[in-house]
Amino acid sequence: MISVQNVHKSFGDLEVLKGVSLDVPNGEVLSVIGGSGSGKSTLLYCINAIETINSGKILVDDVDVHSKDTNKDKLRQKLGMVFQHFNAFPHMTVLENAALAPRIVKKMSKEEAIEIAKKELEHVGLGDKFDVYPTRMSGGQQQRLAIARALAMKPDFMLLDEVTSALDPELVGEVLDTLRLLADEGMTMICVTHEMGFARDVSDRVAYFHQGVIAEIGEAKQVITEPQNPLTQKFLSKVR
Amino acid sequence: MEYEFHWNIVFQKMPELLSGAFVTLHVSVLAMLLGIVIAILLAIAKMNNSKPFCYVATVWVEIARNTPALFQIYMAYFGLGAFGIHLSPYVAVLSALVFINAGYLTETFRGGFQSIPSTQYSASKSLGMTSIQTYRYIILPQMLRRIYHPMTNQFVWSILMSSLGILVGMSELSGTTQRLQSLSFRTLEFFIVAAVMYFIITKLVLFGASLLSRRLFKGEI
Repeated sequence: MISVQNVHKSFGDLEVLKGVSLDVPNGEVLSVIGGSGSGKSTLLYCINAIETINSGKILVDDVDVHSKDTNKDKLRQKLGMVFQHFNAFPHMTVLENAALAPRIVKKMSKEEAIEIAKKELEHVGLGDKFDVYPTRMSGGQQQRLAIARALAMKPDFMLLDEVTSALDPELVGEVLDTLRLLADEGMTMICVTHEMGFARDVSDRVAYFHQGVIAEIGEAKQVITEPQNPLTQKFLSKVR
Repeated sequence: MEYEFHWNIVFQKMPELLSGAFVTLHVSVLAMLLGIVIAILLAIAKMNNSKPFCYVATVWVEIARNTPALFQIYMAYFGLGAFGIHLSPYVAVLSALVFINAGYLTETFRGGFQSIPSTQYSASKSLGMTSIQTYRYIILPQMLRRIYHPMTNQFVWSILMSSLGILVGMSELSGTTQRLQSLSFRTLEFFIVAAVMYFIITKLVLFGASLLSRRLFKGEI
């Protein structure tokens, strides 16, 4: 379970998160929606300790993420993360991209790491791309590679930061299908997204972020189709 | 009257020319290796926030890049000589070339380092890699690809610039050529052959570098 407790986060004078609290139990898919600058991506970066926080607490399976005593490299093995801009390692083949972390971080043998990498690449439909370099692939394929690379670490949670925002419209579908597959398999996910259809159909709950606070959180269909908060209503009427 | 070429004397002196060429290669390789080591330190100093280191590095880079190589060699040989520090021609040319190589390579390294997007660090971190693993497997391999060709160019440049050794009586390829032509008066012949030898040396270096790069860098970038 991921538990975010009254988290504040500032960049200089700009307070991006102004007291955010939410719990994501195992097996849940939570979509986070909201305008740009509302703090939704920052929250993901704080959850896996790429960013520090100013106050509050984030617990991942009861481990205090931002405590000095926490081994953050170790913690991040539990938290798979996929970014808006793919971030494939351009100097490695698809297979090497996916096998690297299991081999050097989890200290698996080369054969074991390759086996896991192959399995996860097939999982996301890249079974025919093992020896291709990522720069030769479409954005959708690169993003599925990023998902497979994260999955190869066998994470307990997946954090997805606007993973379809940088894609051409015709490539969005294949990535969302992959995420749907993960959701069906019971992966716990926090998805920052602008895909309202995806948020409504795939996630269990939706949280609407507005200026650093959660303005509304609730059952996915309800928040997307019958939002209670006027701010959510206004936002959804603009993005539809 | 037309110029009559006499090549015999040049071929007789070929062993001396070859040993000059060897000195040329020797001094350039050494200047490159030392230049790389110093440039790494200077690049780190320049990217560091500690003022004195950054200041020294900046002054070094600015002088090296904005004054003629001729001036550096003169300074190393005659300039230091005036203060009682007498370097041999070889050491004077070597120091000047190291000074310039380090200056140029500092900027190459710094640029290469800064050209790696910060997202590569976040991606590596998010997979649980330590900082050392991130540099070892992700940052440095990509950086090496980007600085490889500028480094090759710098190497070729320092081979050609070592010919300025002629001015301080160094017996590298140009110095040897100079001495031999003044003894035989076959100026044109000796310098043509020397030019061809420089050409062959740099072409071989470039060929070797491209073979090596194909072995080292299989990926795209």
